[in-house]
Amino acid sequence: MTLQNSSDAFRSEYTDHSAPHPLLRVVDIEKCYGQRIGCTGVNFDLYPGEVMGIVGESGSGKSTLLNCLAGHLEPDQGEVLFDTRDAGLVDTVTMAEPERRMLSRTDWAFVHQHARDGLRMSVSAGGNVGERLMAVGARHYGQIRDEAIDWLGRVEINETRIDDRPSAFSGGMQQRLQIARNLVTGPRLVFMDEPTGGLDVSVQARLLDLLRGLVRQMGLSAIIVTHDLAVVRLLADRLMVMKDGHVVETGLTDQVLDDPQHAYTQLLVSSVLQV
Amino acid sequence: MTDYNFAYLDEQTKRMIRRAILKGLAIPGYQVPFASREMPMPYGWGTGGVQVSAATLTPEDVFKVIDQGADDTTNAVSIRKFFQATAGVDTTEETDKATVIQTRHRIPEAALNEDQILVYQVPIPEPLRFLEPRETETRKMHSLEEYGLMHVKLYEDIARHGAIATAYAYPVKVEGRYVMDPSPIPKFDNPKMTMPAIQLFGAGREQRIYALPPYTEVVSLDFEDYPFEASKADHSCELCGADDSYLDEVIVDDQGGRIFVCSDTAYCTARQAAQQDTPTPQAQEAAV
Ligand SMILES: Nc1ncnc2c1ncn2[C@@H]1O[C@H](COP(=O)(O)OP(=O)(O)O)[C@@H](O)[C@H]1O
Ligand SMILES: [Mg+2]
Ligand SMILES: [Zn+2]
Repeated sequence: MTLQNSSDAFRSEYTDHSAPHPLLRVVDIEKCYGQRIGCTGVNFDLYPGEVMGIVGESGSGKSTLLNCLAGHLEPDQGEVLFDTRDAGLVDTVTMAEPERRMLSRTDWAFVHQHARDGLRMSVSAGGNVGERLMAVGARHYGQIRDEAIDWLGRVEINETRIDDRPSAFSGGMQQRLQIARNLVTGPRLVFMDEPTGGLDVSVQARLLDLLRGLVRQMGLSAIIVTHDLAVVRLLADRLMVMKDGHVVETGLTDQVLDDPQHAYTQLLVSSVLQV
Repeated sequence: MTDYNFAYLDEQTKRMIRRAILKGLAIPGYQVPFASREMPMPYGWGTGGVQVSAATLTPEDVFKVIDQGADDTTNAVSIRKFFQATAGVDTTEETDKATVIQTRHRIPEAALNEDQILVYQVPIPEPLRFLEPRETETRKMHSLEEYGLMHVKLYEDIARHGAIATAYAYPVKVEGRYVMDPSPIPKFDNPKMTMPAIQLFGAGREQRIYALPPYTEVVSLDFEDYPFEASKADHSCELCGADDSYLDEVIVDDQGGRIFVCSDTAYCTARQAAQQDTPTPQAQEAAV
């Protein structure tokens, strides 16, 4: 019997997972733009400490899905259940906006493809990293600054740059700063949309190494959208392959990449479709 | 007929403004939108304050106007004349005789009382504006009490200048809820904002009114290790000797000579007058 990489088979694979509850449970998400399908019929569970990769060509619906999960877009249908600290699994689609925004500032983090979408360009690097701390009540300048210095170090930005604005930084540094700014409060779930996109290849490699280190050290739970299979090969435990808004294949990363079942995945892996 | 309605504005407009004021008093520090009217003076001349004063004044009121602490600047004089002409109210320069005081950039040195109303002219009512230009977003941040950004601004100050360099329009938190711009008063005045008088804030161009009822708790934002300081120039007034009032630096000659004098001219004048009545100890000694 061949293993079916369908989402059902996939879920049963995880029913005996040591964690009693998934961190995130996505149920039948659909989002259309008028007649055009953004994404549809998406189901999966993410367990604590897991990194899920979402791959597919440009236009396959990856960003639409991620934005639905992170509360930036309202799906037309479906549920996004998050394991909240107070009440366990709660549908974040229907939750009150203040609560959802609170999640965005505390338990969730979002790394944008373009660093300028995720940074305050007129605020110093230290202020950028400190913002989330201050948003949750940090009121000791010295401690905020120490924390910022620590995080700049972790993303390999020299602390002498702490008072510089991100506009003075290279693209790779800006992206590392954005990551520091997001991780400083220890989020329980990190969303990333093409975190290495738009960077030079050598810069991408360094960022990828850094991300891998952080994911391992912090035991991050993350959902990473990318069209770059090298990124998921390195970072993701599991993969979802999307085409035309549909999930066509899911499974463990190595399994999907080394033994793709779906014809589209086979094309993708054989690099015929690679950008 | 060229007669104006009392205090220039028609009664319907005044009612609309009063409703905004009452709402502002009910929700201290909250910016209430109002339909600002054209006034016979340009924006920047305190049209917001003027509209609030117009809606507040009664024929029995005694009106005082200060601009940067002074009663005799062009701006202060023209607003005072405006209400003399349109409302026929008495005016004064003495803080304790006034029942309504319209101000730009200062709170009087003399303590105000429960029978007084202080009306501020406000250029930019939104304290979050400089870091978040989108109005839809700042409204949401207020409604959800997302004020981390205010501290980012103070953080940037310390990072750049080694101390909180914001000297005017220093942000405050009102009754533990709304963050508010106190208008461009010096931060020296911030601690006075918890006071017996009613404080009303009018922003004409931005069409916002906000308010503080008497004795409202007003706390200046700061960091534990960089506490708020109501600082002033470390001098005494050259004219009256006051060492507890906010001072302006005045250039007195073209050799760069400078002196410090009270910015509150009424306060300074009153102190000088009192000193002439009762000779100072030094003067008494000299007379012996
Ligand atoms: N704001 C939008 N309005 C209309 N169509 C959109 C919008 N955003 C995305 N789409 C369409 O939805 C589909 C999925 O897009 P997207 O989620 O951006 O894919 P990906 O991130 O995989 O490149 C595409 O056909 C795209 O053209
Ligand atoms: Mg995309
Ligand atoms: Zn004086």
